Amino acid sequence: MYEAMISQKEITLVPFCREGEGVAIAAGLILGGKKPVMLYQNVGLYEAGDSVRLVSFELRLPLLMLIGYRGWRGTDSAGIILEPTLDAWGIKYYLVQSDEDVGKISIGDKQAQETNKPVAILIAREEEP
Amino acid sequence: MMESFEVVRIISKHRGDALIVAEMTPGAELPVVSTKPEFDLPFNWAAMGKGSSLALGLALARPDRKVFVLDGDGSLLMNLGSLVTIAHMAPPNFTHFLFDNRVYRCTGGQPVPGAGKVSFAALARNVGYANVYEFEDLQTLEDNIDIVINQVGPTFVCLKVSPALDKPIPPFPYVRVSDAVDRFRAALQRS
Repeated sequence: MYEAMISQKEITLVPFCREGEGVAIAAGLILGGKKPVMLYQNVGLYEAGDSVRLVSFELRLPLLMLIGYRGWRGTDSAGIILEPTLDAWGIKYYLVQSDEDVGKISIGDKQAQETNKPVAILIAREEEP
Repeated sequence: MMESFEVVRIISKHRGDALIVAEMTPGAELPVVSTKPEFDLPFNWAAMGKGSSLALGLALARPDRKVFVLDGDGSLLMNLGSLVTIAHMAPPNFTHFLFDNRVYRCTGGQPVPGAGKVSFAALARNVGYANVYEFEDLQTLEDNIDIVINQVGPTFVCLKVSPALDKPIPPFPYVRVSDAVDRFRAALQRS
């Protein structure tokens, strides 16, 4: 995914040091008229909690978030708490497990735009190491 | 040593049409003296420390506009990595004002870690900000601010301000970020 992104001129990659920073940068990009997509792992979502709360409840911005679903088969505490956390925060999410699911990304994006809320796309690997 | 409120007044007076994101104490003070409130995002009831990151996003999205963040030392300490990210992306239209009062003013004046020991100007210089300044008195700030904000950024400005613990907290009614954001976004879309 990283290599696909950096090879496309219409995409600008903005790296960050921590995920809470990334979500706040994305908020500024939306306010300034750009269309960011936030890419991080579920453990990063936990770190970014206050920024996600800000974007969802205070700024009310349509942020599409692609989140790597580490431990999605329950093999890791990072996976076990993901969906309950999103439910608690009232953030809608879609599970993408294979190529057949990629259409859900567009559905999630449309939902974010219509509701002015973040929407999460959970990217679950078919095979875990 | 400067009073925060007077510093905010000087920045506001010289801002032109700059967009301003303001954390904590400056965020409470800016709405009182602002010359362009529609282009302000007071960052109160927001996410402390993330104002600099949000301002970076704005600066990247709107290269045609100057973007200022009025940051606090306590706020920056929560998000020190943002200094590195800002220097890495190097937006030429970005000015980072750091209100260095050495305390958590809004919670009663408890000292921040490293109070009086950390040089934020040195940190900014060493992560690669294009320009770094430090001011301790209002007259020197007023005399130099037009030069400072017209540099090719990113520019970092450390402002030595009084902890002002004898003043009431909060000094002014806070504007919530949730109440300011719609007007700010609409004003940006029009301009």
